[in-house]
Amino acid sequence: MSEPARRLPSRTGLSSGSDRVFQSLILILASVIVLVFVVSLYLLGKDSWPALQRFGTEFLTTRTWNPVNGTFGAAAMIIGTLVTSFVALIISVPLAIASALFVAEYAPRWLANPVGYLIELLAAIPSVVYGLWALFVIAPVLARWQITFFNPEYPERLALYTRCAAIWATDQTTLQCFFVPSSGAGRGLALAIIILTVMILPYTASVARDVIRLVPADQREAMYALGATKWEVISRAILPYARAGIMGGVILALGRALGETLAVAMVIGDSQDIIKSLWGNASTMASVIANQFGDAQETLHRSSVITLGFILFFVSVAVNLLARVLIQRLTPQGVK
Amino acid sequence: MGTAATARPRPTAGLSAARKARNAAMGGLILLATLLVVAPLILIFVYLIREGLGAVNLNFFTRVPAPEGEAGGGLLNAIVGSLSMLGMASVFGVLIGIAGGIFLAEYPRHPLMPTIRLVSDVLAGIPAIVMGLVAYGLIVLNFGFSGFAGALALGFLMIPIVVRTTEEVLKLVPQSVREAGLSLGLPQWLVTLRIVLPAAAGGIITGVMLALARVAGEAAPLLFTAFGNPNVNLDPSKPMSALPLEIYRGATSAYDENQRMAKAGALLLIVLIFATSLLARRFSRKG
Repeated sequence: MSEPARRLPSRTGLSSGSDRVFQSLILILASVIVLVFVVSLYLLGKDSWPALQRFGTEFLTTRTWNPVNGTFGAAAMIIGTLVTSFVALIISVPLAIASALFVAEYAPRWLANPVGYLIELLAAIPSVVYGLWALFVIAPVLARWQITFFNPEYPERLALYTRCAAIWATDQTTLQCFFVPSSGAGRGLALAIIILTVMILPYTASVARDVIRLVPADQREAMYALGATKWEVISRAILPYARAGIMGGVILALGRALGETLAVAMVIGDSQDIIKSLWGNASTMASVIANQFGDAQETLHRSSVITLGFILFFVSVAVNLLARVLIQRLTPQGVK
Repeated sequence: MGTAATARPRPTAGLSAARKARNAAMGGLILLATLLVVAPLILIFVYLIREGLGAVNLNFFTRVPAPEGEAGGGLLNAIVGSLSMLGMASVFGVLIGIAGGIFLAEYPRHPLMPTIRLVSDVLAGIPAIVMGLVAYGLIVLNFGFSGFAGALALGFLMIPIVVRTTEEVLKLVPQSVREAGLSLGLPQWLVTLRIVLPAAAGGIITGVMLALARVAGEAAPLLFTAFGNPNVNLDPSKPMSALPLEIYRGATSAYDENQRMAKAGALLLIVLIFATSLLARRFSRKG
């Protein structure tokens, strides 16, 4: 695509004064971008300070989040953020790659463009609309499944639930109990994962589509000439070549998942306890900020919530740098 | 990129049945997965039309929300709030964004160029709610909840999108066009302003529209900056409502009437967003 813009021939002398004024003006305006970053870092750091000073690294490792007696540890929502994001990622990545393959390799042109566009529109739906849909459409379906579990015709299930409730009460869980429904509300960890899966799909899909299209045609044709099937070409000539770029798209989606706020806040049930069941209430760092910041009157509470934002800030910077490196490493020249 | 379409596998006589079956199965799975990916979009759209369209009437555009649980009312406060905050955000976001794009494209050798490029990329990935916290610390802590604080948060979010698209379209303007301008004796800044920018205007407008479509749906950073307002408010120093905020409030409300209003608001919002991005796409294809 575009070559790196060549430097214009230097024209010393003629109206260099006005050029310098214009360049300075542009530079000053462009520097506001850096200023926004620095001010964000400063403000988040300053407002996090009371909590960081009080709890130190224990903020990350303890899991009592108690505004009443003023102890704050973020372990539960850090785990909630990681679990929702990674599980959503694991479900969404194969789907995203498959849809990218469909658009780039299978669909005829008249179908590829609209489907590609529809997938991009998925990224344009606001978080709050996803939350609304999840709340009104998917939550009732999940609630029905959960209620079916508690059907009195199956007393052994109730016995299982009772056993698990005892285990949960001791802040533990077992693999079996993790999948036992803990409420009939529909809301909770599972719904948050489902909605996150849908929300991050388009990010991986569009990056994957772009890098798959960049795979040189020779590579495909050589394999077809050897008599390979379409799937063999995809799995041996296309996907290995596009791997790093696709990973970049995956990391980009991870970044979105970690910071996704309102849809998750609306459906996850907002419990600051450690996750005990797939069906139970939980929280993520972003959902706690959305749900609690407005009510946080105490300095320490407010500062603790801002610290969550500070952590998210760092994590998303790191994740985006990683995605950038990966996408650049694959992409030969051109599309970034 | 017609290569994918032209390079079809030839039917090969010697294919083993297992390889053929595997090929067909994977093709089927890929089609199925694609349908699964597109399904939510269609389901959401159909759901909102079915549930929300009934509430979109004259009142919807001319009244403010009725008191909790009462029938009637509209979302005029949210529509006005969204429009005025997006307007304010654009002034800030578009100015800085285009300047950033010009800097990256036209001064590629400047020592600050890599830093600004990197920071702008990084900014694109920071969650909206975190930028809301920043606007809170910057404005709300000092001056209280206001439409201006919300607009600032939205402006922050617009910047990286506008920078990226501006830079890309400016680089598409052929170098020879710049050289032609310079050879006529124009100073470089005039070449940039009068020749390069107009040539790239279509693409830049597309970028601005995409940025607007992207931030128009943000509610998270507005929760504790613009805060919301049950009345129509045009004073940017006072709390303001926005469509996403009213959708959030309505969707989490216990009252049917508020939920219905939220669904109608969501329908209006995604129709506006889809129309904007469709228009932007059209625009960029011509430009």
